[in-house]
Amino acid sequence: MFIVKNDPIEMRKVYANFMQESIAKNQDIIALEADLMSSMSMDSVQKQYPNHVINCGIMEAHIIGLAGGLSIAGKNPFFHTFTAFASRRCFDQLFMSIDYQHNNLKVIASDAGVTSAHNGGTHMSFEDMGIVRGLAHATVLEVTDGVMFRNILEQLVDLKGLYWVRTMRKNAVTIYKDNEQFTIGKAKVLREGSDVTLIANGIMVCEAMLAADKLATQGIEATVIDMFTLKPIDRDVIVKYAKLTGKIVTCENHNIHNGLGSAVAEVVVQEHPVPMRFIGVKDRYGQVGSVEFLKKEYGLTADDIVQAVHSFT
Amino acid sequence: MNSPVNQMKEFAKQIRLATLKELNNLGFGHYGGSLSIVETLAVLYGGIMKYDAKNPQWQERDYFVLSKGHAGPALYSTLALKGFFPVEELLTLNQNGTRLPSHPDRLRTKGVDATTGSLGQGISIASGLALAHKLSALDNRVFCIVGDGELNEGQCWEAFQFIAHHNLNNLVIFVDNNKKQLDGTLDEVIKPFNFNDKFSAFGFDVQTIKGDDIAGIYNAVKTDRTDNQRPLVVILDSIKGQGVPYIENMVSNHHLRPSESAKAELEKIVAELEGR
Repeated sequence: MFIVKNDPIEMRKVYANFMQESIAKNQDIIALEADLMSSMSMDSVQKQYPNHVINCGIMEAHIIGLAGGLSIAGKNPFFHTFTAFASRRCFDQLFMSIDYQHNNLKVIASDAGVTSAHNGGTHMSFEDMGIVRGLAHATVLEVTDGVMFRNILEQLVDLKGLYWVRTMRKNAVTIYKDNEQFTIGKAKVLREGSDVTLIANGIMVCEAMLAADKLATQGIEATVIDMFTLKPIDRDVIVKYAKLTGKIVTCENHNIHNGLGSAVAEVVVQEHPVPMRFIGVKDRYGQVGSVEFLKKEYGLTADDIVQAVHSFT
Repeated sequence: MNSPVNQMKEFAKQIRLATLKELNNLGFGHYGGSLSIVETLAVLYGGIMKYDAKNPQWQERDYFVLSKGHAGPALYSTLALKGFFPVEELLTLNQNGTRLPSHPDRLRTKGVDATTGSLGQGISIASGLALAHKLSALDNRVFCIVGDGELNEGQCWEAFQFIAHHNLNNLVIFVDNNKKQLDGTLDEVIKPFNFNDKFSAFGFDVQTIKGDDIAGIYNAVKTDRTDNQRPLVVILDSIKGQGVPYIENMVSNHHLRPSESAKAELEKIVAELEGR
């Protein structure tokens, strides 16, 4: 039985704590903010390290270019803003100032999808992962909980290139044990069953786990995979479980076009075609509401996943 | 006769000649905006910037960002004449598989410090270089040329706010004010009003200098601004196609594909510059 338990530490605190510790050890790290520093709990870090936490103001396009220059000069820039502004607002800058010329930048994109809740439709990004996975060299991740976020951030310090990390900003549901290790590009298989494979990321991992419990009571055994790396995607695990279960449901807090579902389908049709269903936002824009309301409104609940599984006949 | 300014004048002539040969050989390209920055490049690479052509990644070098990336051919001529790569290679401009693409690419061409071409971004990259050196208390300088048409891009003004706020006076920005953009004059396409007023209002020191005034450009940037002056913008009062009257007189000279008769004219100018 999967028990829903919230992380004791908010994701933004995970980031701020990590930055505080990392800057102390690595003088090359520069954390860039776009007037959302207080939203990310970075104010106290800036007070301690004013030369390492730079609030650039509301100029996301410039910040990406700035990061390109910092990278060329040997600095290690991280940039936090909301997913919407870290993708659609500055895509050409991500392309030319960073990815095309092999510069190094870690983008921490917070308030993913419906988790931006009361900021509403204007701030709710259902297209960001699709946008950034079009960049040839980018690595695109969505972190699941605080343990994973911390572990991934630690790895990012020494990695070179463009890493785009989608996250929620407040408390995630705990999925992993404290000492869990993660390999970028390798999915986590959380539960094994031979009837159907549920491939999820972000907040949908919890929903997939809850769905798997419900399905088990109906005699359907589901595999649950946390595909936290969207690009490069873990082809091996997709093929393995496509063969084993013959059916896949993808679950994402994002438009079903060009995100997780599309990425999995690209592998499935080339390597081992099986029927698929897509849980995600179906070409709609967001709106204001609580996360629970929005999950229901956009068909992102465990019950929606169970229904999708039943639709395979 | 052998003063630094005279040497830079001679260097400018060589850059102009090499740029014309480079573009004439290809048969088309960005003549207008390449020629208008020749004197500035001659000053920067002929008397101001620290660099080592044999070691382009030298830590103590100064940096140059050509934000108006379409003027790449002029930068390539400058770099080749200074020994970053063989001058003959200029004739590979835009050929299949070349190391000299239309717009500068730092991964392809030795001496190119930043990849540019999508307008408005080079200034931001230059400000990142300048900020990095300030944070590390290093005295490397950064120079950036932005086009006057390029200033249509809102990102430029984001960057200027940032540069002024952080007093990045180790960065000098040149505005190539040649008064034309692709579709016409700036006044026709999008009126710039007064650059001098704008930059002053944004917190910069501003100097306006004729685009071919080598002594003026040199004097403006020869000393660094370590005494905490505001960052400097040099507005180059330049002419699109500068130094080549045949091109200067064209109404539309941003990107040219010279006709046979025009080619003959351009060859004449090359011969003149070569002193033939």
